[in-house]
Amino acid sequence: MWMSPDEFFAMGGYALYVWSSFGVCALILLIEPLAVRARCKSIVKRLKKEILADQLDKEGSK
Amino acid sequence: MNALLGIIHRDLLLVMRRKSEVLTALFFFVIVTSLFPLGIGADGALLRKIAPGVIWVAALLSTLLGLQRIFSADYADGTLEQMVLSPQSFVLLVAGKIVAHWLVCGLPLVILAPIIGIQFDMDAGSLKVLILALLLGTPVLSLIGSIGAALTLGVRGGSVLMSLIVLPLYIPVLIFGAGAVYANTVGLDISGHFSLLGALLILALAFVPWVSAVAVKIAIE
Amino acid sequence: MSQKNTLSNKRFMNWFRLSSPMTFYPVAGKLIPFFWVLAFLFGVAGLWVSFFVAPIDAVQGQGYRIIFIHVPTSWMSMFIYLVMAGWAGLGLVFNTRLSSMMAQALAPIGAWMAFMSLWTGAFWGKPMWGAWWVWDARLTSELILLFLYLGFIALQASIDNPRRADKAGAVLVLVGVVNVPIIYFSVKWWNTLHQGASISMTKAPAMAQTMLWGMLLMALALWMYSIAVALMRVQAIILERESHADWVRQLGEVKS
Repeated sequence: MWMSPDEFFAMGGYALYVWSSFGVCALILLIEPLAVRARCKSIVKRLKKEILADQLDKEGSK
Repeated sequence: MNALLGIIHRDLLLVMRRKSEVLTALFFFVIVTSLFPLGIGADGALLRKIAPGVIWVAALLSTLLGLQRIFSADYADGTLEQMVLSPQSFVLLVAGKIVAHWLVCGLPLVILAPIIGIQFDMDAGSLKVLILALLLGTPVLSLIGSIGAALTLGVRGGSVLMSLIVLPLYIPVLIFGAGAVYANTVGLDISGHFSLLGALLILALAFVPWVSAVAVKIAIE
Repeated sequence: MSQKNTLSNKRFMNWFRLSSPMTFYPVAGKLIPFFWVLAFLFGVAGLWVSFFVAPIDAVQGQGYRIIFIHVPTSWMSMFIYLVMAGWAGLGLVFNTRLSSMMAQALAPIGAWMAFMSLWTGAFWGKPMWGAWWVWDARLTSELILLFLYLGFIALQASIDNPRRADKAGAVLVLVGVVNVPIIYFSVKWWNTLHQGASISMTKAPAMAQTMLWGMLLMALALWMYSIAVALMRVQAIILERESHADWVRQLGEVKS
């Protein structure tokens, strides 16, 4: 139904509105899982540090 | 019944000893309503139009201010725990505290409102509807607000958090209450608004004391 | 116990064992990619229908295509609130930590859905009805739903004791669920009372079959997405809250 890519991006004059809507939503839907992944990674990092600290404590006190 | 009257009497007595807390909430109501003409301009017709909304919003905010007291003082000194442990039905005690809160924060608003209304050049008919609507609505505000107060007991930043939680739940009361006055000014039938306000009041009276009691117990554990 | 026995036992006892964060964590891990694939497939199909199958509208031209993201996000924001309330209620009644963790995991997703619904609603309203924001009954109710989500998130964030936060949040969301129909009804009432000043967004284009399919596929895509992200977030929450437990220390990614 679209005669050319230009026509598709122009969206019959509504380009700003259609692409802002879909664009912002795409952004949010992309960023949210990335943020959760980052949160998981930081927790794992912290736990690794704690385990290391515990180990060093044990070795130190021997 | 004795327990209910007892706790109402006790809370009122405590308020009388520290009147300032209650009076500040009422002064807040008066001051906030005065801010609107100062911010918008003294156009009589415009003020008359916005008066019901402004008075209702100010009533919501003042009720929130007064709600900070409902459980916090007793929570801080351990009395609330004693009430939970006592043989009296805790739901009844909570209901009593809410009644006391309304007597001290809600009822004065109903009495002050017509004075503010006159400042906004509202006519006698509208004032009557306003008073009746507030009479039905302010108890609902006290009731719903008590849930927020119970949930945020002892939490840092609790008062602002309580407002964030409670204000969306206040919106139906605001809509029906202010809507009743507005409908009256344009000559529409107000019985619908009042039936809905009444229905909200009955629903709230039936369920909220129990919910607030559960919320207090969660906060105390 | 023989191998055969444990396997058949596992099938019957599965659901209760899953309510322990320890057993659920690896299960969540296995489910996540599955839901991402489904989300991607439905999403591609939905976008295909939205942009290449659904015809141009007589009144709104190509601009009406925003409906394919606006309506699904609204549906999801309301659906997620109900699911959240369900999990929170289960957590409150049965005292299961994991149910409350699921509710906590779902809240931000629902809030973002509500935000997207409002954002796309504004961008749809501007060209069609001339205003970025209209106090239409549904948009206003959506705004209040966003406030309810934010209140829940704020309450859980402010309470330090996690079990108290779980229960208090549950009470709040259950009160909210009861209030949502009341709020929606009151806002509709308010809207009709002040009809002169507001425009109704129900004047959407007449529903062609393809349009309905487009919205359904996008809604399914968002649903699969929500489950995937909720499972990811619940894993993070489990790690945070159970960090003192042995099994967390023994996890592959932590030990390495």
